Amino acid sequence: MANSNTNPVNTNTAYEKVLAARDSNKLTAVDYIKYMFGDSFIELHGDRRFSDDKAIVAGLAMLYETPVTIIGIEKGRNTKERMERNFGQAHPEGYRKALRLMKQAEKFRRPVLCLVDTSGAFPGIGAEERGQGQAIAENLMEMMTLKTPVLTILIGEGGSGGALALAVADEVWMLENAVYSVISPEGCASILWKDSAKAPQAAAALKMTAQDLFGFGMIERIIRQPKADDQSMFESLKLLIMRTFEKNLALTDEELTEQRYARFRKIGTIDSELIP
Amino acid sequence: MDLFAFVKPKNELETTADKQHNVPFVPEEMWVKCPKCNTLLLTTDMEENLHVCTHCHHHFRMSAKQRIDLLTDKSSFREQDKDLTSKNILSFPGYNEKLEKACKKANESVRCGTGTINGVLTELCVMDADFMMGSMGTVTGEKITRAFEYATENRLPVVICTVSGGARMQEGILSLMQMAKTSGAVKRHSDAGLLYITVLTDPTTGGVTASFAMEGDIILAEPNALVAFAGPRVIEQTMRQKLPKDFQTAEFVLQKGFIDAVVPRASLKPTIARLLKMHGYGED
Repeated sequence: MANSNTNPVNTNTAYEKVLAARDSNKLTAVDYIKYMFGDSFIELHGDRRFSDDKAIVAGLAMLYETPVTIIGIEKGRNTKERMERNFGQAHPEGYRKALRLMKQAEKFRRPVLCLVDTSGAFPGIGAEERGQGQAIAENLMEMMTLKTPVLTILIGEGGSGGALALAVADEVWMLENAVYSVISPEGCASILWKDSAKAPQAAAALKMTAQDLFGFGMIERIIRQPKADDQSMFESLKLLIMRTFEKNLALTDEELTEQRYARFRKIGTIDSELIP
Repeated sequence: MDLFAFVKPKNELETTADKQHNVPFVPEEMWVKCPKCNTLLLTTDMEENLHVCTHCHHHFRMSAKQRIDLLTDKSSFREQDKDLTSKNILSFPGYNEKLEKACKKANESVRCGTGTINGVLTELCVMDADFMMGSMGTVTGEKITRAFEYATENRLPVVICTVSGGARMQEGILSLMQMAKTSGAVKRHSDAGLLYITVLTDPTTGGVTASFAMEGDIILAEPNALVAFAGPRVIEQTMRQKLPKDFQTAEFVLQKGFIDAVVPRASLKPTIARLLKMHGYGED
């Protein structure tokens, strides 16, 4: 359903951005897929090992004349959907489905678009039993050398390893009200200050807004928050995505994977200048 | 996930109790109480037994220095990047003080270098729980990445002993990115056909589990070590239910198929040495 008519959340402070990123009225991954790719999307299911994780929505679609693989973390748009989607918290089988489809994309040298919106990988008994850590680790390793272009857009929350598992990409973009962090501000505040009510201070300290991250070179682009009825916004987003894929499709496998390695290799290099 | 809050030193409570009841008449460093079976052990006996309880075989935590001595041949360890030290790059409140305190206990969260293991030259990285519970910051990621790059260039096998509460939240997104950076370096080492062995020690959790700890060709763990992505307390809070017995122990993770073997500390060095030789290292 259209989500554009609610009052916009105030986004002056870091914590207000966090709340905006979690706003249940904002567009989710399936909305982006619908507005950018319409009827061309064919959903593909399952990790071929255990089950189909509905927190991850994935498939093929046409970006103009180019087939692309799309992998999104889906939170759900109403209570029923949110239950089905496990509130966008993926299990290991979700990350393994994502990796299966990335390897499939590599086989056909088809670009991969990841849409990330998660508070984190699911922390639960089944997830641990089935190797949540191993699933994420494998994605990080395999994505680094995936021989096809990968672009990740954070469209809401980017929660820690569960977000990073779909964000080892050639470029990472964020919506203006998206956040990306190693830990939730509530978790950080309760561990450090034994008081989750201090989440606003933690949010500021963690430097987790799109503007913070762009400021120190962690992401390549900030995208204006689109509204459901703003088709021209989706058209320009599509065009930006296509240009980025075209640029990276022109590279050799070696150039592409070297560029991706270098992108991450420089982060936190000691005495580098990427610090705010 | 940054989860090191739940991994408080296991014997903290016991130490306080000892002060009150048992130790007015002996220097307290002479004795150590096993947190598992409560036996009082002579510290020298415990240390001679590789920091393993002589009664119930509980594996105490070891410092990086002790573990390097355990695994490498005498005087063979050549440390690399010792000068890299953590900085408060995000100006995170309270982090300077934490770093200052940590630096008094250990050099860094990981020590890397080359050493020989029964004569086989190996790149060895050993994490240190004494430094902010081995949490992974940018220096941790940088040192491990450099270790893998050095090993790839010099065609050395890599052995990493992990102990970590996860990514270090005081370095925000930069510490999260170390998971990707280190994984990239592991992949290049792997693609060069070189061997990587991980030894998971208590506790190995969070961002370290979800990156290089789980990326070894061969993954070993010490008995009863906590091996987890999300720690038990986080899961209990989410699930609001009791966890199964022995959940997330090395033995549990072995049974679930995510590690190759549980190896008692006394057998670690010979086991690693055999594995290295089976992969053709140390033959020239």
